[in-house]
Amino acid sequence: MKKVYVNEKWCLGCRLCEYYCAFAAAGGNDMAKALKGVKPNSRIKIEKHGDISFAVSCRHCKEALCLRGCITGALGVTDGVVAIDHERCVSCYTCVLLCPYGAVSPSPEGPAQKCELCVKTTDGSPACVKGCPNRAIVFEDRGE
Amino acid sequence: MKYVIIGNSAAGIGCVEGIRQIDREGGIAVITAEAHHTYSRPLISYLLKGKTDREKILYRRENFYSDNNCRLLKSTLVSAIEPEEKQVVLSNEEKIPYDKLLVSTGSRAFIPAFEGLSSVKDKFTFMSLDDAIGLEKSLDKYKRVLIVGGGLIGLKCAEGIRDKVAHVTVLDLAERIMSSILDDGGAEIMQRHIECNDISFRLGASIKRFESNSAFLENGDVIEFDILVLAVGVSPNDELLNGIADTDRGIAVNEKSQTTAPGIYAAGDCTKSFDISSGHNKNMALLPNAYMQGECAGINMAGGEKTFDKAIPMNAIGFFGKHIITAGNYSGDVYSEEHPGGYKRIFYGNNRLNGYILIGNIEKAGIYTSLIREQTPLDTIDFELICKQPRLMAFAKDERMSKIGGV
Repeated sequence: MKKVYVNEKWCLGCRLCEYYCAFAAAGGNDMAKALKGVKPNSRIKIEKHGDISFAVSCRHCKEALCLRGCITGALGVTDGVVAIDHERCVSCYTCVLLCPYGAVSPSPEGPAQKCELCVKTTDGSPACVKGCPNRAIVFEDRGE
Repeated sequence: MKYVIIGNSAAGIGCVEGIRQIDREGGIAVITAEAHHTYSRPLISYLLKGKTDREKILYRRENFYSDNNCRLLKSTLVSAIEPEEKQVVLSNEEKIPYDKLLVSTGSRAFIPAFEGLSSVKDKFTFMSLDDAIGLEKSLDKYKRVLIVGGGLIGLKCAEGIRDKVAHVTVLDLAERIMSSILDDGGAEIMQRHIECNDISFRLGASIKRFESNSAFLENGDVIEFDILVLAVGVSPNDELLNGIADTDRGIAVNEKSQTTAPGIYAAGDCTKSFDISSGHNKNMALLPNAYMQGECAGINMAGGEKTFDKAIPMNAIGFFGKHIITAGNYSGDVYSEEHPGGYKRIFYGNNRLNGYILIGNIEKAGIYTSLIREQTPLDTIDFELICKQPRLMAFAKDERMSKIGGV
């Protein structure tokens, strides 16, 4: 299936992916307005240390630990995309305990959140990929 | 192929999903003593608190059994397993044949033999949906509740009912709360936080006897209550396999979830399995382990190949908005951090991460968990960096590339 892949060699650490991600999840059509004065609440997150930076988002693991450990059944997989039903999530964060990539995080509202490859957003394709100015983030099928 | 699964919680459901990854056809009978569709046990406190409801507490959707071609036998007790005949015998004498059997019978509340306990009218354990429904019926805003047991179950119960009663007191023999997952410092922070939410503690206290609505303590104090909740601990339900497979306060299983009896598997709270963080066999009555052990059993029962050999104690739990994530065992050297509202302890030694405690900021905790599960040699990562904050940056470049770049 197609997944988001990151090449740290090309990452500028500009955090545009975080902004595009937060904007896609928030909906609306004016990014500046939607995110003005707000700390972007993104599902993709930049790690930065010295000269190195790269973006981390859900790997949509075939054998997803978050989904196996979920105490409520709120995590499910459809066509390979691991997603959270926010209505069923009780914010216990067992998924945060289990994700080896640190790619599931508490949302400001409580329920856990993670990259769902933008399948629930208006556009339907990953906003972080489109927003990356240096093609450090790509959406490709690499046979996984 | 005929499959029989005794138990309808996480391990049993994991088994169904494991079988169906390999075998879409074989008949599966799921037998449960309870009268319910599969539901999430840890959610019963959320139900009382109003954070979930009778529909959302279901662990899998309404059509789970039909979608997976399963027969669910509710309110059904198994009286015996006959391994020679390869059948289970129900309490109504009916016999159900199997080719492969999973015992995922869970655990039950351990009830100490307190003197005078039978004179207490309103008393409950807190393990099942029926327990929660029964307790909820007894609650009202004038009642005082005494919870015996300051572990995870007792404290989640306290949080769940706090706003529905006049007063909640939690009593424990230990000097600190959640002694199974927290050290002294962590327990103190959580105790203060829970006390701020109007729950009282009596720690280091032991009960001598009960007399209707009074608990008489060893030190002479008396606690008056209207409702008693017993949450002292749990015992594995391993009796069905006594004399059939190895059991010793838990069913012995190997990394394929097999018991010592041919064709019989076991998973979840009723088993004892190998904790790689401490090197000991123990009961790890935890939902994630139960699911994964059950799924592993199912795959092997259906003829696939699967091992579950990365079990460790681990917990994610929160009280009144403050979250805790812990994993592994707390031996070795310690890295400590404390700041207002936050608490971190990392335990390490022999080039391995042994365990950790996070209170408050729990972000990316899974990176620590994976260091324990994968037994990652600490000299292959930037340990100083990762102690400050769990992050993939601490791994070598090749490792980072394979984690996020798929190469």
